[in-house]
Amino acid sequence: MRFTKMMALVAAITLLSSGLAFAGKDLDTVRKKGFIQAGVNGAVFGFGMPDAKGVWKGLDVDTARAIAAAIFGDASKVKFTPLTAQQRFTALQSGEIDLLTRNATRTLSRETQLGLNFVTVNYYDGQGFLVSKKLGVKSAKELDGATVCVLPGTTTEQNAADYFRSNNMKWKPVVIENTTELAKTFFAGRCDVLTSDASQLAGTRAVAPNPKEYAILPEIISKEPLAPAVRHGDDQFMDIVDFSVLAMINAEELGITSQNVDSMLKSKDPVIQRFLGVTAGNGKALGLDEKWAYNIIKQVGNYGEVFERNVGVNTTLGIERGLNALWTDGGLMYSPPFK
Amino acid sequence: MLFQVVVLLLALSIGYALFSNTQANLERQSIATGFGFLQNEAGFEIGEPAIDYSAADSYGRALLVGALNTLKVSFVGIVFTLLLGTIVGIARLSHNWLVSRLSGVFIEVMQNIPILLQLFFWYALFYEAFPSPRQALNPLQGVFLCNRGLIFGVPAEHPAHSAMLIALLLGMLGWWLLVRRGHKIQDRTGRILPMHRIGMVLSLLLPLLVWLFAGAPTAMDIPSLQGFNFAGGVTVSPEFSALLIGLVLYTSAFVAEIVRAGIQSVSRGQVEAAMSIGLRPGQVLRLVILPQALRVIIPPLTSQMLNLTKNSSLAIAIGYSDFVSVANTTINQTGQAIEGVALIMLVYLFFSLSTSVFMNWYNKKMMLVER
Repeated sequence: MRFTKMMALVAAITLLSSGLAFAGKDLDTVRKKGFIQAGVNGAVFGFGMPDAKGVWKGLDVDTARAIAAAIFGDASKVKFTPLTAQQRFTALQSGEIDLLTRNATRTLSRETQLGLNFVTVNYYDGQGFLVSKKLGVKSAKELDGATVCVLPGTTTEQNAADYFRSNNMKWKPVVIENTTELAKTFFAGRCDVLTSDASQLAGTRAVAPNPKEYAILPEIISKEPLAPAVRHGDDQFMDIVDFSVLAMINAEELGITSQNVDSMLKSKDPVIQRFLGVTAGNGKALGLDEKWAYNIIKQVGNYGEVFERNVGVNTTLGIERGLNALWTDGGLMYSPPFK
Repeated sequence: MLFQVVVLLLALSIGYALFSNTQANLERQSIATGFGFLQNEAGFEIGEPAIDYSAADSYGRALLVGALNTLKVSFVGIVFTLLLGTIVGIARLSHNWLVSRLSGVFIEVMQNIPILLQLFFWYALFYEAFPSPRQALNPLQGVFLCNRGLIFGVPAEHPAHSAMLIALLLGMLGWWLLVRRGHKIQDRTGRILPMHRIGMVLSLLLPLLVWLFAGAPTAMDIPSLQGFNFAGGVTVSPEFSALLIGLVLYTSAFVAEIVRAGIQSVSRGQVEAAMSIGLRPGQVLRLVILPQALRVIIPPLTSQMLNLTKNSSLAIAIGYSDFVSVANTTINQTGQAIEGVALIMLVYLFFSLSTSVFMNWYNKKMMLVER
């Protein structure tokens, strides 16, 4: 079945009519069909996963909703395609999805060889190790000879190979494509270690049969800037996606939330007036309705709200803002001026 | 003739249009093309490589490892499938009520549960039912069973081993020559010589002599628990075992039905005639039934062998690093889906065609037996 799917994707790439000019096409296609097809994870709690009622939840899911709000003025105009790590880029290249918000790490080769454009980072992550406390391991340096569960086709898989190689340690990977299946295998003891982005490890541990039996080791062995991505060829669409993410960050900087955005419309601050489209200009420049940023904040919320709602300290994941705090609070989230 | 030329030209031009269109589209999206990536460093590790491999090796070598892994599981799988399928197929025809019903149930159950579910079942059984390495089961001296797989001791490497292998091959060659000679003698004089027995003794005796001559090395490479896992010995991983068991059980159910049909296709009169000239039941099976049944059995059997090879690509679901799994990771890292999928098709086509060629040759050989 997988194989047929791959074949279909390749056929789709092959058959994309050569008569089509690509500039501006992605945005036109999205507008014409009336919704965005977004590729998401589907199995990582807090980032992209349907809840018990089948409603999609997560930081990446909300990012896609924000982009729908910017383009259509309606955050619900988005459909989600759950993708495995191995399928995600091909799905974007072939046009099966318009937008990839699936905790994908921005790297040089993905930008160039894969023909993708990553936009502003929506989560700064790093790779860690989850182990059973029974092993008595305190540091990743003690993992010589370990069997490690890892998702195939991820930067994680390559980082692990680099880490063990540079520390002169032996290891055995067990690679299973399905995130849930991989976690199940790890909890059953097939592997000594599960390695992934630290945020995902927290999510995985949260759904463990006995979360208290597992510990995340202190070492963070890589930088994983997770960002939404689009295909090469439509700069306008890329700008919209980019500034939709930035708008959420900017709103948090300006203290605008989904709760107070209506009263903020009456603000005398020219920066806020420009941002919310009370003073026209930004919307026209992007080719959007002037209310685009207002719609994002009103319907989805600012970055801080989205973070706290999906992965923050009051959720099962309980992740601190850390690197993902605003730059004014010692984090890396920083928005250029909206003018 | 003219019509055929037109069709050929049409097909070629469609092919060219698709190719140039793809090239143009890839260029426009600035996606890398070509097979140059095969020389680049792969940067990912493979669980159980059949040959030496590390993350520092190239994509080309990684793909070779994947292809060999597919070959390994398919080859071992086909051997066991043929054995089990034949046994179950014959058992299905047994006059013993229990034996024939049991194999009937086996066939129905295995044929009617999707292979993917069976794989998940066997894999889960491995990692759920067996203990961790530190509490490994130790049924025999030097044999360990845990959720890291089946680990057992093997004779430590010794130069005599390769000599023993050569001796074994020579012995088997001798066996084959003896049997041929035996047939000739039987044709000429009617005397039946126990050439099979002599041949078997010969093929066992030769390596044994080499071993004694080399000083009878008995050192063993016994696995021992070191840190997280066992070191030394040979490990059969849960992924490989689950895949193998799943493929063998599933495919052998189909093979059993083919074998049963083949045997039943030989008319009852043939068996009665054979009995009436005084052949023993074993001889009837070997000399009368099988040669005729095989002609019916071989063609569908070939397609089952191909099925097993192709189904082995389900390995990806349970983490065995077969060719598709390695190729998928390669596609993901390099973004060269078209090249990757082309390679996948080529490799499976190669496996399938070589199996077909071999089986067709065998089929022809079997047909000649008919007089």
